[in-house]
Amino acid sequence: MNLIGTARRDAAWMGRVNALIRYGVLIGVGLIMLYPLFWMVAASFKPNHEIFGSVNLWPKDPTLDGVVKGWRTGTEYSFATYLLNSFMFIIPKVVLTVVSSVLVAYGFARFRMPGKQLWFALMVATILLPKSVLLIPQYLMFRELGWLDTYLPLYIPCAFATDGFFVFMVVQFLRGIPPDMEEAAVIDGCNSLQVLWHVVVPVIMPAIISIALFQFMWSLNDFLYPLIYLSSVGKYPVALALKMAIDVTEATAWNQVLAMSTIALLPSLIVFFLAQRYFVEGITSGSVKG
Amino acid sequence: MAKGRVQLHGVMKSFGAVDVIKGVDLEIAPGELTVFVGPSGCGKSTLLRLVSGLELPTGGSIMIGDRDVTLVHPSERGIAMVFQSYALYPHMSVAENMGFGLKIAGLPKNLIKEKVARAAEILQLTPLLDRKPRALSGGQRQRVAIGRCIVREPEVFLFDEPLSNLDAALRGQMRVEIARLHAKLGATMIYVTHDQVEAMTLATRIVVLNAGRVEQIGAPIELYRHPANLFVAGFIGSPRMNFMDGLVDGAEADSVSVRLNGATLRLPRHNADVRPGAKVTVGIRPEHFRVGPGVDAGDDQAVEFDSVIDLVERLGGETLAHLRMPSLSDGVLVVKMSGDIALRIGTGLRVGVRLAQCHLFDAQGRAVGEPGSRAAVAA
Repeated sequence: MNLIGTARRDAAWMGRVNALIRYGVLIGVGLIMLYPLFWMVAASFKPNHEIFGSVNLWPKDPTLDGVVKGWRTGTEYSFATYLLNSFMFIIPKVVLTVVSSVLVAYGFARFRMPGKQLWFALMVATILLPKSVLLIPQYLMFRELGWLDTYLPLYIPCAFATDGFFVFMVVQFLRGIPPDMEEAAVIDGCNSLQVLWHVVVPVIMPAIISIALFQFMWSLNDFLYPLIYLSSVGKYPVALALKMAIDVTEATAWNQVLAMSTIALLPSLIVFFLAQRYFVEGITSGSVKG
Repeated sequence: MAKGRVQLHGVMKSFGAVDVIKGVDLEIAPGELTVFVGPSGCGKSTLLRLVSGLELPTGGSIMIGDRDVTLVHPSERGIAMVFQSYALYPHMSVAENMGFGLKIAGLPKNLIKEKVARAAEILQLTPLLDRKPRALSGGQRQRVAIGRCIVREPEVFLFDEPLSNLDAALRGQMRVEIARLHAKLGATMIYVTHDQVEAMTLATRIVVLNAGRVEQIGAPIELYRHPANLFVAGFIGSPRMNFMDGLVDGAEADSVSVRLNGATLRLPRHNADVRPGAKVTVGIRPEHFRVGPGVDAGDDQAVEFDSVIDLVERLGGETLAHLRMPSLSDGVLVVKMSGDIALRIGTGLRVGVRLAQCHLFDAQGRAVGEPGSRAAVAA
């Protein structure tokens, strides 16, 4: 009895030590991963000289100087302009991506057409195509169209379901859903587009939200395409504005850059947390159900 | 008035090189509840989908009422369909699910509401109208699916294995409800199932399908009593009919003599087209055996066999005995007895059967001749 009691106590103690080590390691690694982020947020509220002068995370002289000056930027436009510019192409891009990807995926998942396998394979192959391969031909094409220094090259391609990954994701999602509902809708008198709108879209909403979120975040972070196609500073999005803040002045005001970086993070964070539930569900159901 | 009549003329369907439906001719009278029954893969669901318009035939024509609907869109055929998986729209409430077809058709809201309310009343769904499908039980979901059909007031209701997702108790209950609904609405219904109890209890007429062809069409009892071929004989009835191989000894105007198991059976048959020496199959339903020593002794209208009990299944209300016969090399004979009977495995059992209740099939599997006397078979 006593022996069993001791053994049990030992086991419980071992369990607690185990958990302590496990969580200790996890928290430690987590902190290391998040440290740059914390550092960035903290540095936004530090005077410029303190950023590299002290290892302390907490500012000694907290100041909003970086935020205020950073917002004004060194250019003739405020940071609000750049944020707005980002949304000028991100919103149409997200909308067009969702509409075109869902339409194309619905076609692949539900319709019989000659050579479907081949088309699908080609579509998947475009996912593997390195983006840089397309840069020059695309640039030349858009130049011919007279679209340089506009937002059109940034979002018009998305109207043609060029993001193969999203199409693939929705196709996989649709494959996991039995077609009975859609057939019931056909009997109820729907044409193909009505079936899509009234039945398929509500059912695949998690996948749609995932697409919108991915596209939103990737586009907000996109640096290369705006850099290539936009030349007027007044049209720059956030990513370019941040870069500009670094090299337009000789002595970079790091607190301003970091404060603006922190602000640039906010839209993604807000959108992510608003849709987190659907987002996670969308990724898993899209990938697992196929 | 041909409203609700369904006619199929030489309907064929192939998927690539695979012929699923190989020419079906069928006429369903208005108000009939016709059941398509057959083993998995026999094409019964495909045939239903051809009637619904979800699939288009590769040959032949389909008429509903007086219209040729072969190439008509499903929503314009005057049909409504209940799916095996219910196929309810998960994001809509029960009322929205039921009224969706009418909404698409552009009916005014108050009329939709009225029709939905009436259908809900019939199916006792009124308290559930605001719920989403996920908050309903299996039986309730199935009722919503049926309600969605009723609301559309179709000429023909199509049911695709509607009860196979339900548990046994609920299935029995829903079966009764569907029978009641059919009596109440008087609409033409086509019902696909692989469950022969559903087929026997619900059907006005049964269409037995096998490998894309119609094997036999008839009233349930007609199919049970007079199966046209070996397939129908084996498919209708549970446990399935026992088959024994025999040889024709001779045929007369009103009987066929068959050598079977060492005995000669004189089976009453009219117009039998068989030659002496031809191979035949004798079929006997498990429930037609009579058990006990000398049950049919001295009766020239009956035959008796000696057997050894191989296995006993006691179901309470009835007892199934699997018998082995010394002279019957192939397989086991199943005998169904009513009541709970204690039988010991390995002991002998003498069973008898009236000759009028024996079925006879030729080497091609077709029923031989016409039964001697229908009254005798029915007895």
